Amino acid sequence: MSSLNTADRLTTGVKQHENIVGWLMAAPALVLLTVFLIIPFLMAFIFSFTNQRLISPNPTQFVGTRNFTDLLTLRVFSIDPILDENGELVLDDAGNPTYPRLREFTRNNPDYPELDGLQELTSWSSGNQRVFLLSSDVVFIRALINTIIFVLVIVPCQGGLALVLALLINQKLRGINLFRTIFFMPVVVSMVVVALLWRFIYDGDNGLLNTLLGFFTFGALQPVDWLGDPYTAFPALMVMSIWQAVGFHMVIWLAGLQNIPESLYEAAGLDGANTWQKFRFVTWPGLRSTMIFVLVIITMQAFGLFTQVDVMTRGGPLDATQSIMYQAVQRGYQAQDISGGSAISVIFFFLVLFVSMIQRYLTREKSA
Amino acid sequence: MQSKIRFVFAVLAVMLVLVGGISAQEPTTLSMWYHGAGNEVERTILLGIIEDFNASQSDWVISLEEFPQISYNESVTAAAVAGNLPDIIDVDGPVMPGWAWAGYLAPLSLPEGTLDNFLPGAIGMWDDQVYSVGLWDAAVAVFARRSVLEANGIRIPTLDEPWTGEEFDAALVTLQETGEFEYAFDPGMAWTGEWYPYAFSPLLQSFGADLIDRSTYLTAENVLNGEAAVAWGEWWQSLFARGLAPLTQDGADRDTGFIDGRYALQWNGNWAALAALEAFGDDLLFLPAPDFGGGSTIGAASWQFGVSASSEHQDGANAFIAFALQDEYLAAFSNGIGLIPATSTAAAMTENYAPGGALEIFFELSLQQAVLRPPTPAYANIALAFEKAAADIANGADVQDALDEAVDTIDADIEANNGYGFGG
Repeated sequence: MSSLNTADRLTTGVKQHENIVGWLMAAPALVLLTVFLIIPFLMAFIFSFTNQRLISPNPTQFVGTRNFTDLLTLRVFSIDPILDENGELVLDDAGNPTYPRLREFTRNNPDYPELDGLQELTSWSSGNQRVFLLSSDVVFIRALINTIIFVLVIVPCQGGLALVLALLINQKLRGINLFRTIFFMPVVVSMVVVALLWRFIYDGDNGLLNTLLGFFTFGALQPVDWLGDPYTAFPALMVMSIWQAVGFHMVIWLAGLQNIPESLYEAAGLDGANTWQKFRFVTWPGLRSTMIFVLVIITMQAFGLFTQVDVMTRGGPLDATQSIMYQAVQRGYQAQDISGGSAISVIFFFLVLFVSMIQRYLTREKSA
Repeated sequence: MQSKIRFVFAVLAVMLVLVGGISAQEPTTLSMWYHGAGNEVERTILLGIIEDFNASQSDWVISLEEFPQISYNESVTAAAVAGNLPDIIDVDGPVMPGWAWAGYLAPLSLPEGTLDNFLPGAIGMWDDQVYSVGLWDAAVAVFARRSVLEANGIRIPTLDEPWTGEEFDAALVTLQETGEFEYAFDPGMAWTGEWYPYAFSPLLQSFGADLIDRSTYLTAENVLNGEAAVAWGEWWQSLFARGLAPLTQDGADRDTGFIDGRYALQWNGNWAALAALEAFGDDLLFLPAPDFGGGSTIGAASWQFGVSASSEHQDGANAFIAFALQDEYLAAFSNGIGLIPATSTAAAMTENYAPGGALEIFFELSLQQAVLRPPTPAYANIALAFEKAAADIANGADVQDALDEAVDTIDADIEANNGYGFGG
């Protein structure tokens, strides 16, 4: 009895000791995470409900959810066409109805207090009326939509291309390491440098891309100002982003591929499976956990779109390349509005959290 | 024992005397921050001034710390938050009111008459007090070649009789039609950032508009989006739509385009003048801004010196600034890095800005035409809003909408800051 007790006490002691050692070992990481991630996030969260400025002698005040409503308010509003004294439509030169200026309703108009400060996001005609979708912050909404489009394009394209590359270089060929190195090289170069280089490639007059296209089409294709045109700027940014990071994900896929036992392929071969069937039923299931990892990482990186925008286009032309992160930095530091920048960061955090949870749910183990 | 104690006391006494002696002689160290890290010439001149000052008296010693310009403002802001501001702060003219308002800077107390002869753009005023003074100013002009203008029958404007808006526009069309140039006019779209409000808002002002209502400093409504502003926007947009000016431009084209003869006219600053002069010599002209009805104006104010409000030795900091404002130092900076000296007497001592000097006109431009960017803490935001509007309009945005958006941004910011101290 007594000996048992001693043994019990001994194991508890060892466990406690192990616990302390465990915490000690985790301590450096925990301290760093707390100081550089948790505290800043909590501060951003608090700031987002205040009017905190970067530079200001005014005291900080709590303003409730104003920062968020200033970003996210949406409203639909219809304007009736202008009628002359006979009640007839006043038509413009092209024969379309004319309307009073939207700003007459949205600025300093006591009859429409709920519209004060709103801006036009988009508008369309409905019958004789002009319907406006109004937003309290058009630039932010553009940034939000752009970022989501960016993620929707980047995740499948970058992940898929990386897998294709990984399959290509997962072969026992002479000099295959050369290709691995070449594909991986852009990852090692800083995004700022890559962005600067691609700005030259995309140059509207004598950039590499225009020169090449001109050469291969025998001059038929006129030079395109890739970053200067609102229609091509964002796709140009996407292509460059995919190129830059695809090597990293290729290596992850490659690691996953090399974890799949050769014996499975041999067994499948004996069963008469062709190449596609081997991929579909051996490779792809074997890559499951790799796939989840790559998916989550690309999604998060894509949401964080910033450097390319800052270096290459500064959000232009005509807001075509605005992104959430760029707006957060732009407002927090350039416009010296810490509370506004914080509010954007908080929205960003919940957006990424929400998307990650959905991904987690969709890729969960379905065996249970 | 007794002797030991006596010995200890003796040692202590000697040490006290020594320490006392040192503190009576040792001057107080004042810290100074400067934005020009990496520029060897600038550094040598500034260190020369500091050395002279340190040698000229025994109360103060200046110790210099330099920062790269790109991260300078952030460094100051971070230091202010942490309570670590230096005694003497270098500050960009349009940023100064923000820092004064935030309580980073104290008003200067210079000997009376120190600033009598100074260019208005070199004096930083906020709340009717002088907070900063510059040893130099900068100015912009239309760079042109006499031979090109004469060959195309274009009148050469003067300071008293600048081009009118129509004249300027007609000249651009004429130059573009010669086919000799890729673009008739290079406003400098490659220089994103402060260049936009600094260089383009004077054109807006010449149309009769402005960045903010300068009677109240509380709103930009009807000023930045009024009829005059829209007229500017329409013209600005048409420059690019008619192919008279390059819209997307990389920095290299900006630097060499005029010198290589690809741009006929260029809107550029005195800092770029020497390179152009080297290329074209006597053929080169620096012309005043066109007058679109509201006068021919250019921007003003460059980097200036101020004193930190948290400094315990403001008298020493003021003494250094007063010392640095001597003509010989103004002239040294001008000769070293091509800036416009802040006084006419210093200008007379320089190579380029003396009467008859190659860049003399820039001094006159600064003296006669300079309009300060709005001296308000709201400027940081105004600059961003205007930069975006100017870029969007150039890219084909609806002029009225783009200006309305800028006004919204500016007004919302002023409101969020309780008027920045204006309007009670």
